Amino acid sequence: MDALKLNEMRTGDRGIIERITGTGRFRQRLMEMGFVPGAEIIVEKYAPLKDPIEYVLKGYHVSLRHEEAERVLVRGVEEEEKED
Amino acid sequence: MVKTLTIALAGNPNSGKTTIFNNLTGGHQKVGNWPGVTVEKKEGTATHNGYTIRVVDLPGTYSLTAYSQEEIIARNYIIEEKPDLVVDVIDASNLERNLYLASQLIDLGIKLVFALNMVDLAQSRGQIIDHKQLAVLMGVPIIPTVGTKGKGIKELLEAIVRVAEDKASVTRHIHIDYGRELEEKIAEIQGTILSARSSMDEHHARWMGIKLLENDEEVIKEIAKRPRKKAVLGQLQRSTIHLQKILGDDPETLIADRRYGFIHGALKETLHHAKKDRRYLSDQVDTVLTNRLLGFPIFIFFIWAMFQLTFNLGSYPMAWIDAGVGLLAEFVGGLMGEGLLKSLIVDGIISGVGGVAVFLPNIFILFFCIALFEDTGYMARAAFIMDKIMHTLGLHGKSFIPMIMGFGCNVPAIMATRVLESRRDRILTMLINPLISCSGRLPIYVLIAGALFGARAGNVIFSIYLIGITMAILMGQIFKRTLFKGEIAPFVLELPPYRMPTFRGTVIHMWERGSIFIKKMGGIILIGSIVVWALSSFPQTVDYSRDYEGETQLIQKEYAVVIQGAEGEQAAALAEERDQKIAEVEILKEREFQEKSLLGRLGKGIAPVLRPLGFDWKAGVALLTGFVAKEIVVSTFGVLYQAGEEAGEESESLRAAISKSMTPLVGYAFMIFVLAYTPCVATVAVIRRESGSWGWTAFSVGYGIALAWILAFLIYQGGMLLGLG
Repeated sequence: MDALKLNEMRTGDRGIIERITGTGRFRQRLMEMGFVPGAEIIVEKYAPLKDPIEYVLKGYHVSLRHEEAERVLVRGVEEEEKED
Repeated sequence: MVKTLTIALAGNPNSGKTTIFNNLTGGHQKVGNWPGVTVEKKEGTATHNGYTIRVVDLPGTYSLTAYSQEEIIARNYIIEEKPDLVVDVIDASNLERNLYLASQLIDLGIKLVFALNMVDLAQSRGQIIDHKQLAVLMGVPIIPTVGTKGKGIKELLEAIVRVAEDKASVTRHIHIDYGRELEEKIAEIQGTILSARSSMDEHHARWMGIKLLENDEEVIKEIAKRPRKKAVLGQLQRSTIHLQKILGDDPETLIADRRYGFIHGALKETLHHAKKDRRYLSDQVDTVLTNRLLGFPIFIFFIWAMFQLTFNLGSYPMAWIDAGVGLLAEFVGGLMGEGLLKSLIVDGIISGVGGVAVFLPNIFILFFCIALFEDTGYMARAAFIMDKIMHTLGLHGKSFIPMIMGFGCNVPAIMATRVLESRRDRILTMLINPLISCSGRLPIYVLIAGALFGARAGNVIFSIYLIGITMAILMGQIFKRTLFKGEIAPFVLELPPYRMPTFRGTVIHMWERGSIFIKKMGGIILIGSIVVWALSSFPQTVDYSRDYEGETQLIQKEYAVVIQGAEGEQAAALAEERDQKIAEVEILKEREFQEKSLLGRLGKGIAPVLRPLGFDWKAGVALLTGFVAKEIVVSTFGVLYQAGEEAGEESESLRAAISKSMTPLVGYAFMIFVLAYTPCVATVAVIRRESGSWGWTAFSVGYGIALAWILAFLIYQGGMLLGLG
């Protein structure tokens, strides 16, 4: 399956992080916050004005703006896997 | 003999580090700043088993990279000040991410104790943690705690002493395994560093090796200062290229990945979930508070409530303090003979410092509300909701709080910029905050608009506020594009679970910030008050154009004769008339004194600069006194327009005098000038304090005055061209 950008996922979607594009401070910050390849991420909700977006990752809640979520590439997880 | 220990408290933001600190130190703490920066530094002491333990609270950080000020402070303290040991406070309900910082601390090869905090929350969420096994795997003693209830603190102190005495059985140096390729390169760099400086501890050299591979600017700088820097940096470059070629990614990504791998491995054995359900109470609360439809109304309600509490509830103690200051001035004045010293103490110091002291209740209530927002976790949600709007202004979601507070008073508003993590956001918010028109400026608008615009006064005042907001947005955009180009901090905002705050914790929070205001601001305000007092009271002897003394005596004499002839009520009425006439003469004298004082001369001196704006020297003097506090502008007008010092913004005689000497166009330009230039000396002091830089403070004052002048110029000259004068 093709990699999606994180901001393309919808509320309730699950994905596995593939990689983070870009370099430097931002990337490092995301990595240390748990955005590492292989980590599962769930779209919790969008803010009332659609930006930023709240995610659940490694058991905690974190929010990113669209422009930042765009740099995280994820692989979507199939529906049936979602149930367990 | 008393043995002493110094320990540092590290931990992620929202890990409950503050509650652990409060419990360890029993609330006896010193709050200050880390040298040169505005990051709060807290210190306290604990005693245990004959030890006096100095506890230094490090800034809350997610990591120990060199990307933020807080992280550099925390790291440098550990490396350079070498505390006897470091306690890492770990949120048990958010174990995986919290252990990332822990893994970096392990890399440092220092003595550690982990406080596994909020174990009750983790338990209620069905997370079963085998902390004993985890301690063995990490090589660090782990003590379960519940900071809000004070549980586990005694055990934590025992562990601290045990580790410090090297008696803890689980303590051992472990190496996080970064994989064969990385380990080879780390060892090579470590070897090169050690051969350059054989005195260095091998753990520290290993740590430097890891940091160099992570492309850590601070460590690279450190290496560049040492002998054989070329060998080390050359080695680093070769290793980086080699790793990229073999593993296809930067070493820094690989290292972060490996750290999480290590944590994952450790948790696989020690963390079990009893419940699969991941919908917690906190999430249910959140679906309401950040709801698409309800989120904004609820947020606006909270802000409104904070505003009401701060300025309405605060107005009662404010009135008491005001009355108290008045009584004090009267009492002290009564003790002292007439003279310069009395004038300095009563008119300068007591009324100057008292004028700012009245804001204390506002500030404390505001900080209580902010502490409540932070301690409950709502602050992060407010930022989440508001970020879209604030981001278009070039600000962070959390900037909203200081901006809205500015309508009340810029001093607490600028102090509230502490909620912002990035220095760029903080300075930017501080710079544009004074354009939000504070309540101190309102009396001036009421006076001038009331005098010159009659029934349209309300709309005129509203337009001033709107211009203020527009200018704030505009200046924000300009500064963002010029002064702060390319420094944008990523918005990676943690939304911690909602928590029930403890009253004690919130009060301690409030007190920490409020007491800084009292201590540090006091000095600057005192000096400012004395300077203005001196400017308006010197030179002591003025050559009056008229013989005021003689006039007063003449009035006394005239009335003495008439009153003697009159009886009862008539005499009383005449006496009143006499006093009124004497007061008028006093005002005239005061006015001439003001005109001839240093302040008056300064006002006349700057008059040429203000002439293109249509302002006369009186307006100039009023603006000068406005540097102390905007409230003073109205009373200055009172003196200068002979209406008496007690004339308020509603005074008819003062309004009449103003409408005679100002056209509506000049009045409008004057109000715009008041809007844009430096709000008051307290604001300057707080900007100096919060930015930690005289440069930014000077810039704030300078650009404020320049902006005020330009806007007033455009309005006055533009209006004249359009024939509105």
